[in-house]
Amino acid sequence: MTDTKHTDDVTGVDTTGHQWDDIRELNNPLPKWWVYSFYACIVWSVAYWIVMPAWPIFMNGAWTYTGGVIGYDQRVVVENDIAEVAAGRQVYMDQISAQDLPTIQQNVELMEVALAGGRAAFGDNCAPCHGSGAQGSTGYPNLNDDDWIWGGSLEDIHVTLKHGIRWEADDDTRFNEMPRYLTDEILTADQVSDVTDYVLTLSGTAETTEASARGSEIFARECTACHMDGGIGNRELGAPNLADAIWLYGGDRASVYESIANARAGQMPAWGDRLDPVTVKQLALYVHALGGGE
Amino acid sequence: MTSDASTAGPETAGAGLTSLIGEAEKLANPHGHEGETATAVNSEKNRSLYASRIKIYPKLVHGRYRLVKWVVMAITLGVYYVTPWIRWDRGPFAPDQAVLLDFPHRRFYFFWIEIWPQEVYYLTGLLILASVLLFLVTSLAGRVWCGYTCPQTVWTDLFIYIERLIEGDRSARIRLDKSSFSINKLVRKTSKHAVWLIVAIATGGAWVFYFDDAPTLAANLLTFSADPVAYLFIAIFTATTYVFGGLAREQVCTYMCPWPRIQGAMFDDESFLVTYKYDRGDPRGPHKKNTSWDGRGDCIDCGQCVAACPMGIDIRDGMQLECIQCALCIDACDDIMAKVGRPRGLIEYDTPANMDRRLAGEKERFHIFRPRTVIYMGVLVLVSAIMFFSLATRGAIDLNVLRDRNPLFVQLSDGSIRNGYTVKIINKVHEEQAFSIRIDGLPSAQLIQQGVSAGDSVKTAIPPDSLKDIKTFVILPREALGSLDGGEASLRFIVENISTGETVYNETSFRGPR
Ligand code: SF4
Ligand code: SF4
Repeated sequence: MTDTKHTDDVTGVDTTGHQWDDIRELNNPLPKWWVYSFYACIVWSVAYWIVMPAWPIFMNGAWTYTGGVIGYDQRVVVENDIAEVAAGRQVYMDQISAQDLPTIQQNVELMEVALAGGRAAFGDNCAPCHGSGAQGSTGYPNLNDDDWIWGGSLEDIHVTLKHGIRWEADDDTRFNEMPRYLTDEILTADQVSDVTDYVLTLSGTAETTEASARGSEIFARECTACHMDGGIGNRELGAPNLADAIWLYGGDRASVYESIANARAGQMPAWGDRLDPVTVKQLALYVHALGGGE
Repeated sequence: MTSDASTAGPETAGAGLTSLIGEAEKLANPHGHEGETATAVNSEKNRSLYASRIKIYPKLVHGRYRLVKWVVMAITLGVYYVTPWIRWDRGPFAPDQAVLLDFPHRRFYFFWIEIWPQEVYYLTGLLILASVLLFLVTSLAGRVWCGYTCPQTVWTDLFIYIERLIEGDRSARIRLDKSSFSINKLVRKTSKHAVWLIVAIATGGAWVFYFDDAPTLAANLLTFSADPVAYLFIAIFTATTYVFGGLAREQVCTYMCPWPRIQGAMFDDESFLVTYKYDRGDPRGPHKKNTSWDGRGDCIDCGQCVAACPMGIDIRDGMQLECIQCALCIDACDDIMAKVGRPRGLIEYDTPANMDRRLAGEKERFHIFRPRTVIYMGVLVLVSAIMFFSLATRGAIDLNVLRDRNPLFVQLSDGSIRNGYTVKIINKVHEEQAFSIRIDGLPSAQLIQQGVSAGDSVKTAIPPDSLKDIKTFVILPREALGSLDGGEASLRFIVENISTGETVYNETSFRGPR
């Protein structure tokens, strides 16, 4: 950038004297009103600094800012806004709190509120394990389907949410414990293998073989108490249905073997301790409405 | 109005210009008609750095373009003020205002057309049409929009008209501004600003009627019980009308509006532009009555074209950024040409190419169909056709089916696959309508509605003029999973209005394991 005065050939207008790669700027007149608007903007900004929070300053050993003479604070504005929204919402929250779940389900307007609230709470609290679409993953049940270990009625879902699963801090938690057949030496490795073969026949994944026939006898002795005849499961006890197409820990032979040998014991927190009752209710309604509710 | 100068003589005192121009005035006068000492304040040699605006006193002209501009002003102002008051019956559940932008209820009404928020593409189409039309007109005949129909021009013209009524024409206005304080001056200035303010309030006031029921709003406004927002907008538009039309005027066009910068890309050598035919006018100079016109141009340098110009430029300097192509200088000059007995049209709509042709001794030719105008016309026809087709074929139901993407699909305990869909139906009828929903494309699949027991047909009633989301599931049995190709099959949702039989469909897909 060099400073050489220059007059443009085409327009006959002087340039500003600045040039960048041979590009010059014409020094055309600015309208006065434009100049005054510019000054007015400067005055405005100075006034703004005085009236509104503006500059960071270092004071008494810490960074703070000039607060402005009218004491405007966006934090307060946001807090008021939130309080206003909460007050508006409170009407519905009171209704959800007072009514029982099936009654809420009949109320279209209330359901809309509950489902929206449930979706938000699910995203905040449940999605880390169950996934943002409640699709689950190995060890974390898919809540969209119609397979429920502890029951899929509104009430069952609500109880599960409130008290959790194997959550020892909660006395009413859903609890069961499957024996670790191989680890605790209840069965031998061969026996576990036989039972595995039998279990796989229940859902039609494998053919009946000699091994599975042997396994069936062991199954009748060891497993039917909880998983029932035919492995259809028992929701009272939280024993999964082994005859359907859904496997929480995987339906391949190795996974089923591992489940029998070592047992599985997933946990879910008791949300009744952590969330307010209205949120838990909204969650129950939301999960029930995902498509598998009974 | 044209007689004032001939009795008052040259306006040297009024305009306060150099005696040189005053001399020219006297020389121009022998014909017995007025001379003007108007300065082209915005022409290049007259402006300085950080220039204050020099006030322009446009002189009234008479002629065909002035007449056209009066008519256009009457029509545009009429349309603007009257439109919100036109009624249009739409039944009991919709407003009866013909043109209404109903933001609270998210509807635009335009006579028989009703636009929903998701149909703003009609507005997009309208804007595309408007801009292409603007391009076409500009490439054909320059800034016709600026010169005749732009609100800035129309209102400025109206404000100048009021100014002229109260303060007189150009010379009287100059004299008034020059004169020292007097009751007469005070009264005239105050009443001018008062009338301007009334027009400005009426303008801002009419604007808000487009956004609410006009009679109700008018009553509320008069009783001071209308929404404060309405008053705010009236205040804003009053202020802008007053400032832009009364005070800022040509500065809006020259400094604030982007259009003058864009026009350069629209013109070409075959565009009709307001042109001073220098091939005929120059060499210019004062002309004595009954002397020969040989060896000189037709321009008698009387300055009438400059005096008439609301933009403060001299059209004889050639095409300029400031020129809004209002053609008033044409009328001014035609008047002079008639008086001095020369053919009219020294300043006229002309093309730069024709100027060259005349200079080269060729015949004038007009190229209306040039590549750019043909392309603009083509785009115009195409976009209009698309708009008309889609408007004509649009029904009373709008359907949108959104497939759940998270999870993509759900396997049920019996091995069947379930997909979730949110069916959004808009009932555009102003009465409640019942709809049935069915699917097509996967014969063995079953459609169920959330919260309704399976097996029932999916039906829903939708209130007048509203949108409803219906959550549905489609279940494909395990045996039929073979009908999926690569884990996917196409699926069609069909929605039927049970009473009218109108059906619409929406294509979507069904996903399963690969
Ligand atoms: S162009 Fe026409 S109006 Fe303008 S100075 Fe010449 S004669 Fe007068
Ligand atoms: S030069 Fe002529 S057409 Fe252009 S703005 Fe002035 S009066 Fe209008």
